[in-house]
Amino acid sequence: MSLNIQNLHANIGEREILKGLNLEIPKGQIHAIMGKNGSGKSTLAKVMAGHPDYEVTAGEVTLDGLNLFEMAEPDERARAGLFVAFQYPMEIPGVTIANFIRAALQARLPKGEELDAVEYYELLYKKMELLKIPRNFTSRAVNEGFSGGEKKRCEVLQMAMLNPVYCVLDETDSGLDIDALKIVSEGVNAMRSPERGMLVITHYQRLLDYIVPDVVHVMVDGRIVLSGDKSLALKLEANGYDWVEKEALQQA
Amino acid sequence: MNSTLIEKHVTPISSNWPTWFAAEQKTALTDYEQSPTPTRRHESWRFANLKPLDLSAFVDAQPVSSEGRLINASSGLGEFSAKMVFGNNALLHRSAQSLPDGVIFESLESAAANHAELFRKYFMARPTDLGSSKFTALHKARVSTGVFLYVPANTTVTLPIEIFHWAEGNNASIFPHTLLICGENSSVTVMDYFKSADKLTALACGVNDLHLEKGSRLTYIAVQDWSSTTTAFHINSTNVDANAKCTALIANFGGGFVRGESLSRLIGEGSRSEMYSINPVEGTREIDQRTLQDHIAPHATSDLLYLNALDDRSRTIFAGLIKVEPGAQGTDAYQKVRNLILSDDADPNSMPGLEILNDEVRCSHGATNGPVSEDELFYMQARGIDRDKARRLVVNGFFNSLLERIEDAAVRTHLSGLLAKRLSVD
Ligand SMILES: Nc1ncnc2c1ncn2[C@@H]1O[C@H](COP(=O)(O)OP(=O)(O)O)[C@@H](O)[C@H]1O
Ligand SMILES: [Mg+2]
Repeated sequence: MSLNIQNLHANIGEREILKGLNLEIPKGQIHAIMGKNGSGKSTLAKVMAGHPDYEVTAGEVTLDGLNLFEMAEPDERARAGLFVAFQYPMEIPGVTIANFIRAALQARLPKGEELDAVEYYELLYKKMELLKIPRNFTSRAVNEGFSGGEKKRCEVLQMAMLNPVYCVLDETDSGLDIDALKIVSEGVNAMRSPERGMLVITHYQRLLDYIVPDVVHVMVDGRIVLSGDKSLALKLEANGYDWVEKEALQQA
Repeated sequence: MNSTLIEKHVTPISSNWPTWFAAEQKTALTDYEQSPTPTRRHESWRFANLKPLDLSAFVDAQPVSSEGRLINASSGLGEFSAKMVFGNNALLHRSAQSLPDGVIFESLESAAANHAELFRKYFMARPTDLGSSKFTALHKARVSTGVFLYVPANTTVTLPIEIFHWAEGNNASIFPHTLLICGENSSVTVMDYFKSADKLTALACGVNDLHLEKGSRLTYIAVQDWSSTTTAFHINSTNVDANAKCTALIANFGGGFVRGESLSRLIGEGSRSEMYSINPVEGTREIDQRTLQDHIAPHATSDLLYLNALDDRSRTIFAGLIKVEPGAQGTDAYQKVRNLILSDDADPNSMPGLEILNDEVRCSHGATNGPVSEDELFYMQARGIDRDKARRLVVNGFFNSLLERIEDAAVRTHLSGLLAKRLSVD
C-alpha cells in the first residue's frame, strides 16, 4: 500500500517541468522532498491534485493501486483520499471556513446523508485548538486577508478535518515563525499513522527537525536525483545543492 | 368572472378609503391609459425587453384561497416587533408585539383616513421618474392596501418589523405598497418580503417610499421571491434628510421579468444613502434596474453596489446615474455594478453614469464583468467538493460579501440563510 509515482512527465504549456519522476511513499511513512526554487516541487503537488494548467504527458500515479489520472476531476482525487496543502492557498471571498470545510465533509457522505452539525463543530473546535487557531476564524472567509502563516495553519486544519490517506504538504513551513512552526508541526505529527502516508515538500532543513522524515529525496530539474535518510537534509543545509547536481550529472 | 386589469368598472377600493383618494385614483388610471407604452428609443428603456410590458393577460386578483396557510408561511426572523401579511391586495394579518408608543403601523387605507395629513404629505410624494411613470400611475390607480409606518422622533424600534406580500392565482395582479416615515433621530429596520403562493404567473406592481427625517436611521431589506415567470415592477423613492442614514438592500431571488427603479434623494447636509442589490439570475429571467443617486445637499454620501450573477441565458440591465446638483459641494458618491458571469449565453448590460454640476466632489463609478475564478474552483475541488457545488459556493460567497455590510447580526444571518437556500448550498 503506497502512493506510487512512476516516470511522471508533466508540462505547463510547451515547457516540460517534470521529467520522469519516480517516488514511492509506503503507508505509515513520511517522506520529504527538498530542492531549489524552480525545481518543480509545487508542480508535482499540483499535478497530483489535478490542476487544469498542467498536462501529464507520461507516467502514472497510484493511490493504493488506484490510478489517480483516471479520475478526471480534482474532487474525485480528493475524495479518494489525497490531500494537498498548497504553497499558495487560494482566497475564496464570502465563503467561511466553517462552511467550506463542512461542504468538503458533506461531499464525502453518501447522497441523502446529512452531516451532524453539533458533532461537526465539536470536531472543528478541537482541531482548531490543537493548531491554536482562534475560534472566530470559523466565520472568516477562506484565506481572505490571512497572513501567510494563517493560511498555512488553515491548510493543516483542513487536512486534520478531512482525514486523508495520503497528504502532500507543499512548503507548509514557509511564512511561519518558530512558534507557529512548532504548532503546525505538532498538528502534522498528530496525524502520523500507520494508515497514512505523507510527503513533505520544503527547501529548509529546519522543518525536518520537527517533522522527522523516514526518507529524504532531493529534486533537481523535475527528477528525484538522490534519496537518503534524514541526515541528507543536514548535509544539504551545510553544503548546498551544487554537489548533488554534480553527482547527478556524473550518474547520468 | 375575471375582469382585466384596467377595466374601468373594476373598483376594488373598499369603503375604507376616503373619497378624495378615489378621485386621485381615477386621475391615475387616466394617466396610465394615456401615457405611451415605453419603447427602446426611450433612454430609460435601452436594452430592455419590452414584451413583458404588455399587461393585457393579467386580471384582478381574487381573494386568496387560504388565509391561514399564507399567514403561517409568513415567517422570517425569529424575533420581530410587528408584522403585517397581505395576500392578493388584502390585509390578512397584523400583529404588533413590541412597538414603542407613538409608532403608527397601519394599513395604508386606514392611515389615509386616520392620519390624512401625514399620508398626503408623503404618499407617492416624490416620483421616481426613471422610466416607469406609466406603471407608477397604474399602481396608484389600483393600490387597495399596503403598509404605513411612521416612527416618531427620537424613537428606536429595536426589533425589525416584517411585512409579507403574497400573490396567488394565475395572472393575478397585485399592487404592494410600503410607505415608511422615520421621524427625526428615530431608528428602525424593516423587512419587506414578496412571495408567490404558487408557481403561477402573476403581475406585481409595487411602490415603496422611504422618508428619513433628520438624524434618523433606516435599514430596509426587500426580499423579492416571486415565481420565476412573474412580471414585477418595484419602484422605490428614498429621501434622506440631514445626517440621516438609509441602508437599503434589494434581493431579487425570483421573478421572470423584474424592472426595478430606485431613486435616492440626498436632501439634507451630511445625509447618507446605501443602495445595495443582489441578483442571482438563471434560465431566461431578466432583471432590469435603473437607479439615480441625486445629490441635492452638500456633504452627503451615497454608496451603490449591485451584484449580479448570471447563468444560462439570463439578462441583467443596470443603468445608474450619480447626479451632483450645483449646491452639493463635498459630495462623496460611489456606484458600482459587478457581474459574475456563469454562462457564455448570459447577457449583462451595464450603463453606469455621472452628471456633476459641482467641482468639489468625490465620485467614482464603474462596472465589471468576470467569470468564476478557475483557481477558486480548483481549490474547492481539491478539497473534494464537486465542481457544480463549488460554483454555487463561489456565487454564494460573492453575494455574502455584500451581506456583511448589514449591521444587524440577526438580520444578516437570516439573509445569509435565505441566500444559501436560494442557491442550494445550505
Ligand atoms: N503557471 C506557470 N507558467 C509558466 N511556468 C511556470 C508556471 N508555474 C511554474 N512554472 C515554472 O515551472 C518551474 C517549476 O516551478 P515550481 O514547480 O513552482 O517549482 P518549485 O515549487 O520547486 O519552486 C519553474 O521554472 C517555474 O517558473
Ligand atoms: Mg514551490
